[in-house]
Amino acid sequence: MATEVSQSQARAPQPGIDVPGWLRKNLFSTWYNSLISIVLLVIVFQVVTGFFQWAFTTEGWIAAASNGRLILVGRYPAAELWRPQLALALVAVLLGLSGGVWRGIAQALTIGFAGMMLVLTALWTQLPPANPPAPLTTELVLVGIAALVGGAYAAGRAGGERLRWPIIAGWFLAYPMIILILQGFGGATVPTNLWGGLMLTMLLSVSGIVLSFPLGVLLALGRRSSLPVVKFFCVVYIELIRGVPLITVLFMAQLMLPLFLPSEVRIDAVVRAVVAVTLFSAAYLAENVRGGLQSIPKGQVEAARALGLNVVKTTLLITLPQALKAVIPVLVGQFISLFKDTSLVAIIGLLDLLGVARAINTQPEWLGFPGGVWRETFFVVAVIYWIFSFTMSRSSRQIEANLNRGAR
Amino acid sequence: MSDKSEDIIVCENVSKWFGEFRALNDVSIRVKKGEVVVVCGPSGSGKSTFIRTINRLEEHQQGRIVVDGIEMSNDIRNIDAIRREVGMVFQQFNLFPHLTVLQNVTLAPVWVRKKTRKESEQRALELLERVGIVEQALKFPGQLSGGQQQRVAIARVLAMEPRIILFDEPTSALDPEMVKEVLDVMKTLASEGITMICVTHEMGFAREVADRVVFMDRGQIVEEGTPEHFFTNPHHERTKLFLSQIL
Ligand SMILES: Nc1ncnc2c1ncn2[C@@H]1O[C@H](COP(=O)(O)OP(=O)(O)O)[C@@H](O)[C@H]1O
Ligand SMILES: [Mg+2]
Repeated sequence: MATEVSQSQARAPQPGIDVPGWLRKNLFSTWYNSLISIVLLVIVFQVVTGFFQWAFTTEGWIAAASNGRLILVGRYPAAELWRPQLALALVAVLLGLSGGVWRGIAQALTIGFAGMMLVLTALWTQLPPANPPAPLTTELVLVGIAALVGGAYAAGRAGGERLRWPIIAGWFLAYPMIILILQGFGGATVPTNLWGGLMLTMLLSVSGIVLSFPLGVLLALGRRSSLPVVKFFCVVYIELIRGVPLITVLFMAQLMLPLFLPSEVRIDAVVRAVVAVTLFSAAYLAENVRGGLQSIPKGQVEAARALGLNVVKTTLLITLPQALKAVIPVLVGQFISLFKDTSLVAIIGLLDLLGVARAINTQPEWLGFPGGVWRETFFVVAVIYWIFSFTMSRSSRQIEANLNRGAR
Repeated sequence: MSDKSEDIIVCENVSKWFGEFRALNDVSIRVKKGEVVVVCGPSGSGKSTFIRTINRLEEHQQGRIVVDGIEMSNDIRNIDAIRREVGMVFQQFNLFPHLTVLQNVTLAPVWVRKKTRKESEQRALELLERVGIVEQALKFPGQLSGGQQQRVAIARVLAMEPRIILFDEPTSALDPEMVKEVLDVMKTLASEGITMICVTHEMGFAREVADRVVFMDRGQIVEEGTPEHFFTNPHHERTKLFLSQIL
């Protein structure tokens, strides 16, 4: 009989949708719980209604809406807009191919970033046309990117494993190619002082991470080196940089870099910003990688050395791969904060995403608006930052989950 | 002289200090080609330190070590040459967790011996077959049992075709039911004429396979002899005490 009872209860009772029950259990279980719930609900209500009242009554959105191009690419000349579009197409193809070949992680990334590109481009589909009109309409770009990602994805799936190395090579080549495409061959077609908006923000952060990665790894290895001079230099560098805020490094790069160079060499402001961001990011990256290296058990090195691998091979084949794998989530986190930190270049006068928002606010058209258009433009820019950061942190979770499912 | 050339490992008065602490105290031993030497002794007596000086995982400060005619010196080329002759199996396996079983076994042949990937893989599969885990070749070490991992570690060492293999308590980290599978592989190796120095407390293995048993205590070799002599008629008090504790 007892067994009968337990059998009838073998399946957990299916909870029905019991709204009052859920509320009571989760929000109003005790008197102080009820109090906290009520206070929070009142606050949330106030904030949300206040926000919606503002959002639906203000006219200020027009400022961001009519500056779509400024927000996306800054003062990049309209006649040359095919350049960023070509760069975008290149990235779309590589993304699609990677997604098709690697599935798993790359697929999640592809979907995330392709979706993001589409959303952003779509944001400006309904907006008044650019002035002067861009050679390609937004709709065409939108459809084109979707088609490229989709097509490349299919090609990647069909091509399979043997496309791996070509795609990796493609990613490595993509960075210099995009720079070349954007500035035009010979470098004079579109000077970097015209680059701006989201494009500049992306370029700064991608350059920062791409360039600081090898530097950071070298610094991390150097800090563990048995050569005292190398070790000393790395420690001093890392601790110096980590001890100052990014904005000071940016100012130093703007004001002091020219002092070290012959006066006829003029480095443009974007390059100086990239240098600053790279030098800054490398110090943090070095510490993260060092953490990864320290987590590798001593036995790994001993086994490698006993097999006859020398120091360099042991590092490249055994310790570094394991260390980097262990710190991927941290590195993605660092990339996200780098992406947001690049907004500081607005202070040194570059027109990145944040700089563009400030520029919009000073346009004479909006002088008549009560209180200006600060709230609306900054809100739009914040949403763009958020979309990117959120996508990246989601992808990082995905990567983490995939790694945990793997080897160990 | 002819007698001497048969000695594949020669240690003369080897001493090693960790700071103030003398971990090895005038250790001298000669090991003949194909000989199987079992080293035993209480924990902390310097067994690991001793065999790790033979492939320079530990540096000794006094005395002389000659392996297969190569004199150990600070010259990195000498050390590399010795490491190519000497394989080592660790208590904690120390497989590379980011590589598959097959990649673990082919790594050194490809990167140290400069063999082609194809050739190495073929050889690796033969070796994995020999230690009885060829069907796990594409798995990662973390997916294998301890006994299987240790057999992979042995295959990884064999892939370098060493003339000498050092074992540092290869079965101590294993669950009892897995000890036998590893010892069986080691017995096969011993019968094939590879020179082995093996730190172990598996006295059954020592009795059956060892040509010689060495007892260490406090950084010194206290007593050595054939298994028969060692187990039935130990001279030294410390040896007797140790045997009474372990048997
Ligand atoms: N890296 C080290 N630093 C300091 N002392 C060590 C180190 N390695 C071993 N020792 C000491 O040397 C002695 C011998 O150690 P070990 O050779 O590991 O002994 P066994 O393998 O016989 O248990 C022990 O007292 C141990 O504490
Ligand atoms: Mg030991």
